[in-house]
Amino acid sequence: MPVLRANNKDKLTGKFSFRRGVHPPERKGFTCGRAVQVVRAGATVVVPMSQHLGAPCRPTVEAKQEVTAGQMIGDSDAFVSAPVHSPVNGVVKQVQPQPHPNGTKVLSVVITVGDEQPDEQPWREVPGGFDVEKYEPEAIEKAIRTAGIVGMGGAAFPTAVKLVRNPQKPIDTVILNGCECEPYLTSDHQLMLEAPGTIVAGLQLAMRACGAKRGIIAIEDNKPDAIDSVLPWIKDVDGVQLAICRTKYPQGGERQLINAVLGLTVPTGGLPLDVKVVVVNVGTASAIMWACAEARPLTERIVTVTGSGINQPGNFRVPVGMLLADLIEQCGGLTDDAAKVLLGGPMMGPAAVHLDVPILKGTSGITVMTESEVGGAEETACIRCSRCVDYCPLKLVPTRIAHAVKSRDIDMALEYDLLACIECGLCSYVCPAKIPLLQYLRSGKLMAKKVKS
Amino acid sequence: MAAEEEKEQEKKLLLMVSSSPHLAEPATSKRIMFEVVIGCLPAVAVALWLFRGSAAMVLISCLAAGLLTEWLFNAVRKKPQTITDGSVIITAIILGLSLPPSIPTWAAAMGTAVAVAVAKMLYGGLGSNIFNPAMMGRAFLMACFGMMMTTWTPLANEPPCTEVDAVTQPTPLALAKQPIKDAANEDKLEKATPNEVETKMGAMFFGRTTGSLGETSALCWLIGGVFLLVRRTITWHIPVAVLSTAAVIAVIPWLANPDVYANPLVHLFGGGLMMCAFFIATDPVTCPLTKLGRFIFGVGVGGLIMLIRLKGGYPEGVMYAVLLMNAITPLLDRWTKPTPLGGHVSAG
Repeated sequence: MPVLRANNKDKLTGKFSFRRGVHPPERKGFTCGRAVQVVRAGATVVVPMSQHLGAPCRPTVEAKQEVTAGQMIGDSDAFVSAPVHSPVNGVVKQVQPQPHPNGTKVLSVVITVGDEQPDEQPWREVPGGFDVEKYEPEAIEKAIRTAGIVGMGGAAFPTAVKLVRNPQKPIDTVILNGCECEPYLTSDHQLMLEAPGTIVAGLQLAMRACGAKRGIIAIEDNKPDAIDSVLPWIKDVDGVQLAICRTKYPQGGERQLINAVLGLTVPTGGLPLDVKVVVVNVGTASAIMWACAEARPLTERIVTVTGSGINQPGNFRVPVGMLLADLIEQCGGLTDDAAKVLLGGPMMGPAAVHLDVPILKGTSGITVMTESEVGGAEETACIRCSRCVDYCPLKLVPTRIAHAVKSRDIDMALEYDLLACIECGLCSYVCPAKIPLLQYLRSGKLMAKKVKS
Repeated sequence: MAAEEEKEQEKKLLLMVSSSPHLAEPATSKRIMFEVVIGCLPAVAVALWLFRGSAAMVLISCLAAGLLTEWLFNAVRKKPQTITDGSVIITAIILGLSLPPSIPTWAAAMGTAVAVAVAKMLYGGLGSNIFNPAMMGRAFLMACFGMMMTTWTPLANEPPCTEVDAVTQPTPLALAKQPIKDAANEDKLEKATPNEVETKMGAMFFGRTTGSLGETSALCWLIGGVFLLVRRTITWHIPVAVLSTAAVIAVIPWLANPDVYANPLVHLFGGGLMMCAFFIATDPVTCPLTKLGRFIFGVGVGGLIMLIRLKGGYPEGVMYAVLLMNAITPLLDRWTKPTPLGGHVSAG
């Protein structure tokens, strides 16, 4: 398979791919090409103190206190963390644990939205006079940290931590992840169509921050219009290339993407920086640009609201903290046969227990599936067909691990490298016996944690 | 009343919650099973055409006995019925096709009952058995009724040439075995040659020779096997490994001494090799999980088949080759445990 070599200076390269993986139905037609509409928050917003991997924030506001849009309302001294900001002008109603998309209750700031709200923030065009050279690496990192930017592709790892310069682990390449391999979702696609300049500027800033010489924007070949949209913006930018990847799931996983484009393998238990690479989502790149240009905190993001269970699907620019119920109402509500509401796409998105949970910084979509689409197929006996083994992008043996977990043999599960699983869900997807393999693997990870502690 | 209404309201708002992923491929185990059944149909059709009523009787008694045994097992143990999942149908068809047409129906039924009861249900049913049930059933019949299992009637639509032929005819592999036996027997002066069987190679490929119901036509199994490969019901590893290993091993003695050892095509087209390569050794339950494991498994099956055919006491070796390799499948799974992308998880 071809890989992008260091001496290759072509602006447009491809097509890259990784081994194994599958082609689930794309179902992006619900929202593909629908221009992003800005939506306003409902009566209240809920901003959890933990929307990222790492230490949760501690609230810096109290009940009844007035807050303005963009004001920091939670912060942390921990290295791996990201502050949170109010998306609206309003009054803090309460500071207490609230339902969180992860299924638990998490300390959150609940804000009653005021009548007076600031004008819509521009987000498509790079501001006039913006010059990447003006920003020093430390200033960029600080702006990213202050703006509370986290990975917007879903994992929500604090971006400043990824980009901080470390003399022991230099970074030579930043990959912008525009794969969007999840079915249904089109938010990154639409961002690349509508605001290509901001993501290229964000990429340049990220490269400057970490000292990378090369920037690669990776886009799957099912989005030719996004490729056409981004290409003119990198024409005159030194060291930035566009890599076309063959559409395949889970290409958007950073291990798979690095492997596809560069042919490098991130060691198990290691990070992309172990192979001198950082992967940043295109939405994150756009946020980096705004953080540097206008000191704008991350309080809005593009969310795809989609699926046959929603009346008016579309792509929306949504305040972080907006409640699911409010957003769904603005999309014409759920259809009568709506059965499952997913925070994200159908492969990796967790199912919402109810609609009173907020949109987070890492929520790229809301997918609503109908009763007929979720037909709960019954789990039958494993026939050892080995499809999960043949397709696992990590080369694991999911069925063996699941069997071990079922019989509570954690040592066996660990011996079969349970902890290397990236939870892409491909094993469950291909299983003809309809065994929820990933669910077993997840419970195995929890059991392993308990055993350890 | 009010409480009930409230409950009704709540029910409407209830969302389904499950662990991701929320999409699944349409393929089911049942579909895989019935694809294998479809793959067997060309061979079933040829068997019915060549052996008429006796083929029909054998296949029907195998199917009836297999379904009844599995149904009984589930009923007695108060487990959900599994007879519609298709796997018992495959066992019955594969076992039926591996039997001689002249076998009494009661023996065929008994063999299938043992295959399903002992080799499958006692292990815990579909997915839990170690040995291929059809081959276990055949091994049982071979052990109990060896005579019946090695008596071969001529084809229904080919009038016998001699009176002896009317009762029994040697299979092509038996013809291929005779020169090898004779070569070892110094007392025998008139030694057989593989010439006779070599003239039959075309007939063996298309299915005009005697043998077990499904042994006659290599072409049928090739067609069925290609169907399974195209449908991705099986992968290429086992068929390619079995056939290429058998071919390589058959070529060497033939090149060295063609007066004693038959043309390799005799071995490829003869007996159950094609059936084994595509339909028996590929049984997912009893073959290894990894691609490398499956390849080694195939090499082992092909090698053992040829070892038995060339050096062993039987003219055909498919059954024992598959059962022996089944026995080391768990080991192959362990030996070929893959290294994850990025290396094993380090301890601690």
